[in-house]
Amino acid sequence: MKVLFKLMIASLLLVSLQAQAVLDIKITQGIEQSLPIAIVPFGWSQASSVAPIDLTSIISNDLQRSGRFDVMDEADLPQRPSEYDSINFGDWRKLGMENILIGKLNLTDAGDYEVSFRLVDIYRGKQIAGFRIPAKPDLLRRVAHQISDIIFEKLVGIPGAFDTRVAYITVNKIKNKKVHSLQIADADGYNAQILLESAEPLLSPSWSPDGKKIAYVSFEGKNSAIYVQNILTGQRELVSSFAGINSSPDWSPDGSRLALTLSKDGNTEIYIMSLNDKSLQRITRHGGIDTEPSWSPSGQKLAFTSDRSGGPQIYEVSVNGGDPKRISFEGKYNARPEYSPDGKSITLVHAVSGSYRIGILNLANGSIDVLTDARLDESPSFAPNGGMVIYATTGVRGGQLAAVSTDGRIHQRLGLQQGDVREPAWGPFLK
Amino acid sequence: MSIRLLLVVSLAGLLFGCSNEQVKEEEPVTVEDLSSNAANVNVTDESGAQAYGTDDNSTSGFDALDDPQSALSIRIIYFEYNSNEISSEYRSAIEAHAAYLSQNPSTTITLEGHADERGSREYNLALGESRAQAVKQQMLILGASSSQIRLVSYGEERPAIDGHDESSWQQNRRVEILY
Repeated sequence: MKVLFKLMIASLLLVSLQAQAVLDIKITQGIEQSLPIAIVPFGWSQASSVAPIDLTSIISNDLQRSGRFDVMDEADLPQRPSEYDSINFGDWRKLGMENILIGKLNLTDAGDYEVSFRLVDIYRGKQIAGFRIPAKPDLLRRVAHQISDIIFEKLVGIPGAFDTRVAYITVNKIKNKKVHSLQIADADGYNAQILLESAEPLLSPSWSPDGKKIAYVSFEGKNSAIYVQNILTGQRELVSSFAGINSSPDWSPDGSRLALTLSKDGNTEIYIMSLNDKSLQRITRHGGIDTEPSWSPSGQKLAFTSDRSGGPQIYEVSVNGGDPKRISFEGKYNARPEYSPDGKSITLVHAVSGSYRIGILNLANGSIDVLTDARLDESPSFAPNGGMVIYATTGVRGGQLAAVSTDGRIHQRLGLQQGDVREPAWGPFLK
Repeated sequence: MSIRLLLVVSLAGLLFGCSNEQVKEEEPVTVEDLSSNAANVNVTDESGAQAYGTDDNSTSGFDALDDPQSALSIRIIYFEYNSNEISSEYRSAIEAHAAYLSQNPSTTITLEGHADERGSREYNLALGESRAQAVKQQMLILGASSSQIRLVSYGEERPAIDGHDESSWQQNRRVEILY
């Protein structure tokens, strides 16, 4: 038994990949009224050497793939100022350019970096935003995403979600054996890191609200069990391994509790576990399937999937228990609810004549907007700014990730270079 | 040509039968710990096939579990889409397994529930469990004891067939009976 346990541990590798894009993100549809913007190549204080990072292209890619911006081709730039005073407003106005970003990367005496930038409104002839950000070398990519976030917020009106991460599961066949990996990557697909590898299935990654831990379901013990893993240290804790199902972990907004599904008392029911003492509070009592709890942003309610009416539908229940209330009525199959960050809607899997699509349930009027049009879409997860939903779709190449704006107008495909990818979970804003 | 093949096959069958007999004589009760069974028990199913429980005095030469004619040889129960209802065609098989468990109290089985890939993974995990639970409930009514049956659901995570069409999905909506 002990030997078996050791073998099991040995098969769970903790590996880190170097910075490279594992996800290749393409916009498949965009909106017509995207904002024109020019990103001028950043100045670099050590002009005789190559800059350590191409901030310009990271920011350009962020904005372009959001579908909300039309980034000017570098070859078309009329000038390349890196100081406000050298901007020739007339040249930009002639080209109809509304906003430009200029900036500089400086090497400091201490060997660190400093990034300064200005976002300039060409027509009003004034600066919209200007920042100076000190950064260690390994944080320069994040600084580029933070600049994209600031541009997005200033020009679109809601915070950007470029400086965030995504967790997901990949499955690769190696020598005819399946290898399941829990990975995280930056929202642009770079810096992929493997947190766990296992011969047995992994599913349902869920981010802690502070973005430092991930709860997930692993079958490594030949049954479902819930683990919580620290992303930085790789240390993990087995928090739930009762007889039967242990699944669907979802963190409370304050990070102290997990909502989860257990079948230890006969059939699948929703419970809340306090993480400090692992005590359980049972929330549902019904002979049918109750699973997939999602915590409302207020922390007061859980949405979950239940088949108590015959087929799967979404219900809401107070975290103190009581009678669940059915909230989805359109269609015969609604499952896997997740609240939007503002708590006003829920994204879910919605079946339309035999096809499984991503929908948004409007909690004010109960209507469901269908955002996608493939056959086997699942596992929707909101970006922390509520602007996009990432989800898994099954195509000819197996499982892939895709994202769609919550208004359904912008569609992105995130193509993994090899293997199946599934169960995306968009992480919180990084602090 | 075909006659020769037939000969070879039947010869192999004879040889297999012989060697099986020898092993049986040397080690009468090695396959499973079924020695607590006092009597030889016959289980009859609707198709008229006979299943035998084994004990020290068994003369049948093999465990009923290994009899391809027995209803016990049915080890997979298939389900309709999004349903945990057991089709009546599996009644005799479930009766046979329940009777076997009842007559062999130290035998345990695992009921492994599965779902096809459509819809959400966590819901499918619960669906696989509810299918396994449905089979368990029938077996309990028919005489098996709860402690003999372990449930595990893999949902859609372990498909029997990897395809994305109805013919694959049919094969994947299942409960496997594992001794």
